[in-house]
Amino acid sequence: MAAYLLRRLGQTLLILIGISLVTFILLYILPADPARQIAGRSATPETVANIRAQLGLDQPFLVQYWRYATGLLHGDFGRSYLQKTEVAELIASRLPATLLLMAGAIVSELVIGLTMGMVAAVQRGSKLDQGLMVLSFVGVSTPQFVIGILLLYVFAVLLGWFPIGGYGTFRHLVLPSLTLGLLGAGWYARMMRSAMLDVLRQDYIRTARAKGLARWQVILGHALPNAVLPIIAMIGIDIGIFMSGIVVVESVYGWPGIGQLAWQAIQRIDIPIIMGVTLISACAIVLGNLIADLVAPLIDPRIKLR
Amino acid sequence: MKKLLLSTALAGTLGLMAAGPAAAYDDKYEAGVKQGGEMIVTYKDDVSTLDPAIGYDWQNWSMIKSIFDGLMDYEPGTSTLTTDLAESYEISPDGKTYTFKLRKGVKFHNGREVTADDFKYSFDRVTNPETQSPGAGFFASIVGYDDVSAGKAKSLTGVTVVDPYTLKIELSHPDATFLHVMAINFSSVVPKEEVEKYGADFGKHPVGSGAYKMADWTLGQHIVLERNKDYWKGGVPKLDKITFEIGQEPVVALLRLQKGEIDIPGDGIPPAKFLEVKNDPNYKDLIIQGGQLQTGYVTMNVKMKPFDNVKVRQAVNMAINKDRIVKIINGRAVPANQPLPPSMPGYDKAYKGYPYDPAAAKKLLADAGFPDGFPTELYVYNTDPNPRIAQAIAQDLSGIGIKAEIKALAQANVIAAGGEPDQAPMIWSGGMAWIADFPDPSNFYGPILGCAGATQGGWNWSWYCNEALDAEATKADSMVEPSQKEEREKLWGSIFTRIMDDAPWAPIFNEERFTMRSARLGGDDALFVDPVHVPVNYDYVYAKDVQ
Repeated sequence: MAAYLLRRLGQTLLILIGISLVTFILLYILPADPARQIAGRSATPETVANIRAQLGLDQPFLVQYWRYATGLLHGDFGRSYLQKTEVAELIASRLPATLLLMAGAIVSELVIGLTMGMVAAVQRGSKLDQGLMVLSFVGVSTPQFVIGILLLYVFAVLLGWFPIGGYGTFRHLVLPSLTLGLLGAGWYARMMRSAMLDVLRQDYIRTARAKGLARWQVILGHALPNAVLPIIAMIGIDIGIFMSGIVVVESVYGWPGIGQLAWQAIQRIDIPIIMGVTLISACAIVLGNLIADLVAPLIDPRIKLR
Repeated sequence: MKKLLLSTALAGTLGLMAAGPAAAYDDKYEAGVKQGGEMIVTYKDDVSTLDPAIGYDWQNWSMIKSIFDGLMDYEPGTSTLTTDLAESYEISPDGKTYTFKLRKGVKFHNGREVTADDFKYSFDRVTNPETQSPGAGFFASIVGYDDVSAGKAKSLTGVTVVDPYTLKIELSHPDATFLHVMAINFSSVVPKEEVEKYGADFGKHPVGSGAYKMADWTLGQHIVLERNKDYWKGGVPKLDKITFEIGQEPVVALLRLQKGEIDIPGDGIPPAKFLEVKNDPNYKDLIIQGGQLQTGYVTMNVKMKPFDNVKVRQAVNMAINKDRIVKIINGRAVPANQPLPPSMPGYDKAYKGYPYDPAAAKKLLADAGFPDGFPTELYVYNTDPNPRIAQAIAQDLSGIGIKAEIKALAQANVIAAGGEPDQAPMIWSGGMAWIADFPDPSNFYGPILGCAGATQGGWNWSWYCNEALDAEATKADSMVEPSQKEEREKLWGSIFTRIMDDAPWAPIFNEERFTMRSARLGGDDALFVDPVHVPVNYDYVYAKDVQ
């Protein structure tokens, strides 16, 4: 186990170096010049050159990357070109909101997805089953900005149950969590349904029924735990999927997380922020996958880590 | 020494000043309005910085204006220059020396009095290359600027502290726009001790002497400004508190305004909702329309074939149906025929420009040797409505045989392409268009149509350089005497119409501004479309619920 963990962490480090290098190269070859953006339109070429030198942008690629990478090792993500603030501070101020949103999304996708999947499996072949599966398909395939605007309009504007965007209370959290979680809920409903169908066919279920247990006792007490465990292990992977969703969802709801930060930075080519957010997201995705792999054998003893 | 004042309007204002300090200031907005209440303004993007030496976008521009003061300012709701922290000023007969007398007793938010040393420090700071100020270039006419800019000196030799309340500024050449420069944010006075305390983070902890002071800044969420109770201008500002909520999509902001949750959607009315809202009788009185010092134009690179031929450029001017383009953006603009916008001094009302005449355009093109047209590229910033506008332009051009391929790119990439002599044959300026820094025609020339801007990395994307006109521009900017005001504006106007003979641009439209406000907010309409404060003049709008 320890050797496995060590090896995986080593791989993680390599992946992060790779990602930082690729992102850095992509930003380096962009035709836009950050020094000119900072200098503004009334600047003379000398001023622009001066700023370029101050930021070290006149250095060769490898020197620039080396400076950035050694800075990173000291926890220094650099300073935003346009916001003139430490990137670490910007990310730290926004990360809690994103983590909260992700937690909300995980809860909503599990509650909605697992319930739908379970009901569909138990009612297999019925109209309800078909309806739920169509619904899950809609959840999987509808773009998040459409779901976001729709939920916002119906539940916040028309019905007034929730605030129109913003951040701060539990009521602010509901709609963004649902929007981010619906995609996953669709997948979970489908996975849960087939897992549940598999389990329901097992001998021990028949045995339990034969013992005279009520149907709901069998489903909730025997079938559910066995069907749900392998699905729970998928949550780690969701984090990666969420990372792409938060950019959209946070923009729609005005949620002050790192997705919004990334989107603004991309539009303004604020390279230190783009680098910082990319690396943090990559870390989250890699860690999520690692956790998923570590949890899997705990849930299912047949899986062994090698 | 013969002393003179720049304009008669200013002389009038100064007369008032002498009668009673600050009391009679902008009476128009004082009458019976009580201070108190608050408002909420929303924005989509983070506020980048509130450091007056750095901030240079519409979002932070008027916030900075409310937190800081400079020597000069504009009368609320107008583009009329007036004094601010300067109580009076004198200009030497040769137009090269400005002596400002400072108002006494004005205090920074930290309680210390503002003196001439603070201005000297602030000017040295903004021009110091280490500050990386995008506005440093505005101070180029001050003696000693070149040495500071090159890093050879730390201080502008042309700025002298005569006594704590007198500041003398010497220029290397007469500059009729200098008082405007003293009114832009980059000329704001900052306290040295606070700048040194916060270092690079001063922009997040701004301390000025303005109407509002910083109360709270939660990154990515909100900024709260509080009324400066010791503000030197009695009775100003009107509101006790302004909250800027960040991260709000314009569509969401509009919904919240309609529910009464917010007061000003800072990013304006979203284009897709514009007609719906504008035609709704409920909101008719809440939308205020005003002009903007802005022109949207197509640049043609005169260094690239076939746009080196003036006939081709004129043909493009005649091929574009500007009325149709204005319709595409729901009538939020008026068609343009010259570089200057109509509300800018010097605008030539009599000038007719190039008519929309595809047949004549086709003939011009044939005369130029392109009877069948030619293929080219049209660069455009990739956010709505710019690609749609570019498509309409390309369609019009295809009518005379010019096949323009549209290159929709991120803003920074378009700007970079325009700054290269051989990359972008045509650029639609939308979303990056020139908006004047101050209401003076010279601001529309140098960087975007003069020889100085036609350099690598410059903003003169048509690479047009007419040395004869450059000489006239210099002449116009040396006319600093008030009696020359009219002559100067006329000369500027003719410079721009003569540029149109060479047609390096096809001016398309001048955007109009539409500000939406909640019914709770009061104030003269002009305050909501203030030419210098966008979206509104924070210092003078008031809350009706406390009246």
